[in-house]
Amino acid sequence: MSLRNAFRAATALSVLATSAAYAETITIATVNNGDMIRMQGLTDDFTEKTGHEVEWVTLEENVLRQRVTTDISAKGGQFDIMTIGMYETPIWAKNNWLVPLDDLPAEYDVDDLLPAMRGGLSLDGTLYAAPFYGESSMIMYRTDLMEEAGLEMPDAPTWEFVADAARKMTDKDNEIYGICLRGKAGWGENMAFLTATANSFGARWFDEDWTPQFDSEAWSNTLNFYIDLMNDAGPPGASNNGFNENLSLFQQGKCGMWIDATVAASFVTNPDDSTVADKVGFALAPDAGLGKRSNWLWAWALAIPAGTQKEDAAKEFINWATSKEYIELVASKEGWANVPPGARTSLYENANYKDVPFAKMTLDSILSADPNNPAVDPVPYVGVQFAAIPEFAGIATQVGQEFSAALAGQQSAEEALEKAQALTVDEMEAAGY
Amino acid sequence: MARAVTPQRKALNTAIAWGIGLLIFFPILWTILTSFKTEAQAISDPPVFLFFDWTLENYSVVQERSDYMRFLWNSVIIAGGSTILGIIIAIPAAWSMAFVPSKRTKDILLWMLSTKMLPAVGVLYPIYLIFIRMGILDTRMGLVVVLMLINLPIIVWMLYTYFREIPGEILEAARMDGASLKEEILYVLTPMAMPGIASTLLLNIILAWNEAFWTLNLTAAKAAPLTAFIASYSSPEGLFYAKLSAASTMAIAPILILGWFSQKQLVSGLTFGAVK
Repeated sequence: MSLRNAFRAATALSVLATSAAYAETITIATVNNGDMIRMQGLTDDFTEKTGHEVEWVTLEENVLRQRVTTDISAKGGQFDIMTIGMYETPIWAKNNWLVPLDDLPAEYDVDDLLPAMRGGLSLDGTLYAAPFYGESSMIMYRTDLMEEAGLEMPDAPTWEFVADAARKMTDKDNEIYGICLRGKAGWGENMAFLTATANSFGARWFDEDWTPQFDSEAWSNTLNFYIDLMNDAGPPGASNNGFNENLSLFQQGKCGMWIDATVAASFVTNPDDSTVADKVGFALAPDAGLGKRSNWLWAWALAIPAGTQKEDAAKEFINWATSKEYIELVASKEGWANVPPGARTSLYENANYKDVPFAKMTLDSILSADPNNPAVDPVPYVGVQFAAIPEFAGIATQVGQEFSAALAGQQSAEEALEKAQALTVDEMEAAGY
Repeated sequence: MARAVTPQRKALNTAIAWGIGLLIFFPILWTILTSFKTEAQAISDPPVFLFFDWTLENYSVVQERSDYMRFLWNSVIIAGGSTILGIIIAIPAAWSMAFVPSKRTKDILLWMLSTKMLPAVGVLYPIYLIFIRMGILDTRMGLVVVLMLINLPIIVWMLYTYFREIPGEILEAARMDGASLKEEILYVLTPMAMPGIASTLLLNIILAWNEAFWTLNLTAAKAAPLTAFIASYSSPEGLFYAKLSAASTMAIAPILILGWFSQKQLVSGLTFGAVK
């Protein structure tokens, strides 16, 4: 009997030992963005090179966040790689939920990652998530409408210029609106835009003692400016518009200007989908002369949850998907305009990529965002359009609802700010700040 | 007492009923139409209704990118399994409540229903942890059990109301003739309550098919049903409405066809019983 048991154990061990060296199947949770879809289509290349199979779990962004947060906090071990953003990375790393990516091979060239991206995805100097693609925000504008208005867009405009141009470009009878901006409530929707805009107006979320600042004059200036501009030159129903709604309006030629994610540039210049593909210009997000621009910084990154049984295979995948070779692979199959942008310095030094019309402006936008020093005045938090603390997403979504209601005309900017201040003070006190 | 209905009145009523029916069906119709458009047509303003270049491209893209049959199979097993398991448990429960009620039967019925009032997310973590402990995360078996438990109050309630319509004397007569409890339920009660059981079955398959909280939160790659298939086509950055519509159409098609063919049973079952 004991002999049989020993034999069984030996067989089991040998199976384990051989399977460890052989192929694994890793499960990756991700979102349905264009660059991610392309990555899924190219998985065969990874399987060919390493022998590992990949199973994809693609979910809607908010569902994905909830899903992976549940799994990682309960240590469910359902995923070997998770697609997360710049907001989650430092918070999760602090909770020891992520495997540090400090042993990537030399040919990965971790120093090639754009410093802003690497910084935003690190905690205390250790990288915890590898940027798959990065983005900032910038102005996309209609060159023909700008010309009709008799104006010329500078590379680095001010809010004053943008507001003036928006009002001049607006022709409501023909459904042309000078400016399309986010209005839909959500920490990643209107609050991403408004927090970044507030930075340029000299406002901030918290002072150095974590006291909420919505009662400041700078926030009042920000919100009033935004609402006045949208009332004069924005599309109707703007309080329901997020990224996709504005993209749709812009592609149909209804927006003079649109300030949003740099990744939108490849959509609006694609003649298959956009009616204005050949009439789009780009400029840096505006400033108010205070030294900070109103652009944000974001990365969709791949991270490995602590506790996965397939850490080595997961690292091999990250090494493949965020490498220089992967960029070359996409370029060879889909063209340079479709490679994942905003992650690596070498991409922007590549002669082939320099011909892509939005490449330079994307890089300049990313480089001009500083997550460690986002506002005019000093702040205690990290993050440009967010504060990387766990409480932020909940608070900012509630604040976003107040601001969205103010844009819809259901309350004044002052009322919205008062409520925002009160609820932020409450939440922060409850959280022990 | 029958009321006289003039032909005009009847025509008007029919027209109103059709109008309301179409209004309710319109979102589904629009989804189906959008699935045959290009992405540019899907967002065009003014929207195009019927006169566009119909294309099957979205369906072929969706087919290529996702393993539809795997999601479909998971949906069939999860929805069908949870409903059948629920019915097997609920028939004896409803029998005892309808024919041998105790002082507390009404309270128990209400208490069962009250479990439906708790938001699902409130018990997400406990259930998730139980699933981890039992090793049934991302398994069809786990989802069958959870969806059965969630729909059990509704199944018991529906069967209870149907059973109450059946005269207890018939069951008594069966017992007089020497039928055991099992025989009484299996050969006397169940055949008589068949329309009610069929409509309960159908309604619960539809509820389980459309359940999109637990099926998304307790699955990953293996047991994910069609709800996860739809969710995978929703994009925060990019307009893929036509593909999303194609995926939605493919996900609702089986249940829509099932509902269409069984509408007679559904309607007769729903109007049978005390709760109308």
